[in-house]
Amino acid sequence: MTEPAADLETIPPELTPGRPVLELREVGRTFGSDPPVRALREVDLLVYPGDWVAIVGPSGSGKSTLLNILGCLDRPTAGTYLIDGIDVAQLSENERTAMRGRSIGFVFQAFHLLGHRTALENVMLAEMYAGGERAGRRERALAALERVGMAHRRDFLPTRLSGGEQQRVAIARALLGSPRLLLCDEPTGNLDSSSTESLMLLFDALARQGLTLVVVTHDEGVAAHAQRVVRLVDGEVVG
Amino acid sequence: MTPRDLLSEAGAGLMARPARVALTVLGTVIGVAALVATLGLSKTAGSQIVGRFSTVAATDVVITPVPGALGGSQAATVIPWDAEARLRRLNGVAAAGTLSEVDVRGALVRSVPINDPLGRTELQLPVRAASVGLWPAVHARLSSGRFPDAGHSARGNRTVVLGRNAARRLGIRSLDQQPAIFIGDRLYQVSGLLDSVERQPSLLGSLTIPNGTARREFDLAAPASVQIETDIGAVEVVARQAPRALSPDAPQLLRVAAPPDPETLRAGVESDLNALFLLLGAVSLLVGALGIANVTLVSVLERVGEIGLRRALGAARRHIAAQFLVESGVMGLLGGIVGTALGVLVVVAVSAARTWTPVLDSWVPLVAPLVGALIGLLSGTYPALRAAALEPVEALRAGT
Repeated sequence: MTEPAADLETIPPELTPGRPVLELREVGRTFGSDPPVRALREVDLLVYPGDWVAIVGPSGSGKSTLLNILGCLDRPTAGTYLIDGIDVAQLSENERTAMRGRSIGFVFQAFHLLGHRTALENVMLAEMYAGGERAGRRERALAALERVGMAHRRDFLPTRLSGGEQQRVAIARALLGSPRLLLCDEPTGNLDSSSTESLMLLFDALARQGLTLVVVTHDEGVAAHAQRVVRLVDGEVVG
Repeated sequence: MTPRDLLSEAGAGLMARPARVALTVLGTVIGVAALVATLGLSKTAGSQIVGRFSTVAATDVVITPVPGALGGSQAATVIPWDAEARLRRLNGVAAAGTLSEVDVRGALVRSVPINDPLGRTELQLPVRAASVGLWPAVHARLSSGRFPDAGHSARGNRTVVLGRNAARRLGIRSLDQQPAIFIGDRLYQVSGLLDSVERQPSLLGSLTIPNGTARREFDLAAPASVQIETDIGAVEVVARQAPRALSPDAPQLLRVAAPPDPETLRAGVESDLNALFLLLGAVSLLVGALGIANVTLVSVLERVGEIGLRRALGAARRHIAAQFLVESGVMGLLGGIVGTALGVLVVVAVSAARTWTPVLDSWVPLVAPLVGALIGLLSGTYPALRAAALEPVEALRAGT
């Protein structure tokens, strides 16, 4: 694991403008159960354009909670969270939904591909709600598949793809619409080691292209590829 | 999200499970088919009744005294002998004549000569008395001979018209030999052989003598009934006026038998048929709606992961609700279209089997699929709201 400060220096200068993509200040999330569970406490996090950040920690450490907040799927109960300088807490639900569609690409452990649609159709789905024009959608989706090396499988149903291939299709879907941030939840959780390794190479390549990557994982091997590792223990950032 | 995207997403959602969709819409298919078939068949049957409701039936008025209203003898004299002349003065009366049963006091009828000792030659046949105007009023046609005229009646001539069946029983086939018959012991000249009538078919089995003859020979007290043919469309007016023309002092003593208004008749038939089968159709539709609601709800629960994904991709709650609503609406529409086609087929098939002309209001096949779509939308509302209410975090975690 590397020091965040050191990592910042490795980022090419043209990709580190002053404003961070994500900015968390003393973010906390308490679940209103009885007794209340403080899943996150006063987390500070800055993610700059082009960052490749891994969030690691044991289960129950608040990784998923943090990821949900980062992805606007959940709202913090304390602190402020800014995406591109916009305070998410001030947005209405519909605005946050639109923000999700526009700015964030999601990659899930379970892939969440629609079983009855081809790889290409699954990728095209990403533009459905973000307001992309119908015209040229197919071409853009093909380009995204090309980017993850899956263009040759475009007409395959997910059931006929390997786990690694399915995850690549899911990544292509997340890339469509050029999101500011790729948010991955245990992307290798359902993959074997060779698929994991090849996916890491893809992540490295995407990061080199300037994509901002935040990956939640408990796999140290995955974290080793990241430029920066954020370690969560009991809802707090350590180290 | 454009409407086209919405439609294609809903379509793809349905196409993923074609067999399930087919089974789901079955209830709607049956319901809509029942509705369309009911509406079509009742309309068809109604038109059929009106089609049989010929001009003969629609211009037919028969007047008889109310039996026993004033005691036997008085009731019998309510219809005057000049009924024919009185009625002809009314507008709308095309022809009118009286017709009465004649009490022959058990007299038997035989033809002459008696030449078959073994055969039964003496018959009990009904004898009737008619005024001159009766024959046109019943559209009577003779195979030969002529009708008695007013003179025969006035003179009380013994002349008789034989109905076709009566003539056959008496063994009289033609008038070539100027046949005569006995009623009791009195000889009557057969003046005509009746071939057909369009009203009062019992005339074909009877002997009919002029009114005057019946009065003189059999003491007929008064005509027993009046047969009127009206002009087309005049039946109601005539039915109202005739009793007053015949019996101005006591029109309530006459009973008028006029055809019912065909429109009323048709409406009656349609409402009878409709009430039952529309209820049946409504019940099937309800079952269909429950089926769609149920399956859509199951589908929502199955597709929690997909819903979560769509929310993550930027779908608002309304997008999710809209997709499931459109899916159930399209299911309903499909059911409606198939049901409408089936219903129309049923109407055509039944009509073909009965050699009817199928009749269907043109709005029925247009509206029926929309009814199906409406059913789909209504039954999809609750599942769609459930889907929209799902929290994306939980949906993503629950779905795989």
